[in-house]
Amino acid sequence: MSVLVNKDSKIIVQGFTGKEGTFHASQMIEYGTNVVGGVTPGKGGQTHLDRPVFNTVADAVTEAGADTSIIFVPPAFAGDAIMEAAAAGIKVIICITEGIPVQDMVKVKAYLEDFDCRLIGPNCPGVITPDEAKCGIMPGFIHNKGRIGIVSRSGTLTYEAVDQVTKAGLGQSTCIGIGGDPIVGTTTKDAVQLLMEDPETDGIIMIGEIGGSMEADAANWVKENGTKPVVGFIAGQTAPKGRTMGHAGAIIGGADDTAEAKMKIMAACGIHVVSSPAEIGATMAKALK
Amino acid sequence: MGIQNYKTTNIPQMNLHEYQGKELLKSYGVAIQEGMVADTVDEAVEAYKKLNEETGTEVAVVKAQIHAGGRGKGGGVKLVKNEAELRETADSILGMMLKTPQTPGGLEGSGKLVRKILVAEDAYRPDFDACKEYYISILMDRERKSNVIIHSTEGGMDIETVAEETPHLVHKEYIDPELGLLPFQSRKVAFNLGLSGKAFKEMVKFITKLYNAFTGSDASLFEINPCLQTADDRIVAVDCKVTLDDNALFRHKDLAEMRDVHEEDPTEVEAKSYGLNYVKLDGNVGCMVNGAGLAMATMDIIKLSGGEPANFLDVGGTADAARVEQAFRIILKDPNVKAILINIFGGIVRCDRVAQGVVDAYKNMGNIEVPIIVRLQGTNADIAKTIIDESGLAVHSAILLQDAADLVKEVVG
Repeated sequence: MSVLVNKDSKIIVQGFTGKEGTFHASQMIEYGTNVVGGVTPGKGGQTHLDRPVFNTVADAVTEAGADTSIIFVPPAFAGDAIMEAAAAGIKVIICITEGIPVQDMVKVKAYLEDFDCRLIGPNCPGVITPDEAKCGIMPGFIHNKGRIGIVSRSGTLTYEAVDQVTKAGLGQSTCIGIGGDPIVGTTTKDAVQLLMEDPETDGIIMIGEIGGSMEADAANWVKENGTKPVVGFIAGQTAPKGRTMGHAGAIIGGADDTAEAKMKIMAACGIHVVSSPAEIGATMAKALK
Repeated sequence: MGIQNYKTTNIPQMNLHEYQGKELLKSYGVAIQEGMVADTVDEAVEAYKKLNEETGTEVAVVKAQIHAGGRGKGGGVKLVKNEAELRETADSILGMMLKTPQTPGGLEGSGKLVRKILVAEDAYRPDFDACKEYYISILMDRERKSNVIIHSTEGGMDIETVAEETPHLVHKEYIDPELGLLPFQSRKVAFNLGLSGKAFKEMVKFITKLYNAFTGSDASLFEINPCLQTADDRIVAVDCKVTLDDNALFRHKDLAEMRDVHEEDPTEVEAKSYGLNYVKLDGNVGCMVNGAGLAMATMDIIKLSGGEPANFLDVGGTADAARVEQAFRIILKDPNVKAILINIFGGIVRCDRVAQGVVDAYKNMGNIEVPIIVRLQGTNADIAKTIIDESGLAVHSAILLQDAADLVKEVVG
């Protein structure tokens, strides 16, 4: 089963013929991922990496049966690319692009509400179901098929957790990089819920950062609905406060978004909280016993 | 504003000076307290004379232009009544180290150098007592994923205190992302502020134009405090704090040029020019990491090992020799650094290349006197460890994060 992507996913790459798109699409194909083509407006009809190039996502859906898209389009056009994918009927949209203007994402998020689709990211490493589909920029070889699901806001820190899980003699069901932007398509809670409901996942690792309330929301959900052990880590226990200018944000944010506050909430909700990022894998192994 | 700015790593923002923010507002038709910016006393006098012709009075306000609030508390905002006073005030504020509650170290700190002043009209004339001050801000609420207009009758005060002590006086109007600000919402804001008649109409116009300016400039924060209702019922922005979304500056070249690097830490500006994301901290263990999340986690592990992080440094996706060397130089500028922990998880970045980069940089730089702990994991990690171990340099290498943590403990302990 696993979640979001698997060996049967029909994946297209938006921004297929660009430098980033080409590099990562090659890596995905090499991993054995079912990439059925790509989209670059104006290059429809060409062949790239032995796969068809389409002018529009709609063409890729009609002609190649695409149901999943990974986006490597530059920030100025990435919001548009996400909406095009949704409008064309893509079910899982994974946006890797970093640096999309926040106001673009506000509009994208509202636009997507009318479609039956799920956005992962932006500004994320993507999603991988080991041995089935690598739909992202993560190094494939550190992963090992298994039964631990991982949810994370960051890139390399996710790889660290994956590596520890592998070294602890466990493997991963699906690893979901939800992205580090203020507005993301799938929240920590959404991703934890997907893994909690996945019969092939036995334990969940949840890696968060300071800022926002996503981890607290996920923790509260776990408290009510959790059926599997969850290990949590929050990066940024020693991070400095940003330079301040004005005070309006403090009214909107809250006192609950420091690492300390988040870890406290998570622990109170029954999550195995680790204070050292070096103990994520070992703690999961212990929690499963 | 603390919370939203909390993480300096992936919500890049650019602050404007008050005079720049007002230029932006004015270009969208928002009524502002008029004024002119000056770098020198002579320019200030010239601005003052021009302003007097427009206002018909010799009364004016001199305002220090630095990126910090609470300027009045530190003596950075003063009323002048004639040219001699203007000259004297401009001379004293230009070049002063202005301390406010928001400058580094607060009122007890070293303050910030004032390079520019704004010579502005006294917007409260002619009848100070008939004026009313309001608070208005616009920002993106990340939980609701929409913009919100925060407004209050308690203008001119610290809004955090108002929100804490009298939360019923702080109103929020959320804006539909697809429809934008609707006319009834502008009216609602004006009604919430208790306005009627001409002032009501003026406020509706003010809010509508202000919101256009916010979305038109891809701002992440507008804070108008105070927003003034004059004796003749005009609505005027007396102060403004504007923060823009760095990621959107590609479509606002004119605004991008407003960046004042004097307001930023010189080492951080230098780091940025090399593609490094660096934030200086007060600790004794420097670190060099790829990825913001792992960088924060590495800082945490330094602390757990008995050290204190001396910096945040994300080398980004291409940790080649040149970049590693620049990162070394920047970290070593800080005399408090007693050890450096390099933590790279190689995905696309190959660890052997990073290791070679570390060795080359080390040799190029001659004598690095602090101990260096290198932890390389991921693609070609084994080759990387061999390169480090066989380099003959006094560099400790590790593959597991826990081993790196133990090495930090040894070094600082």
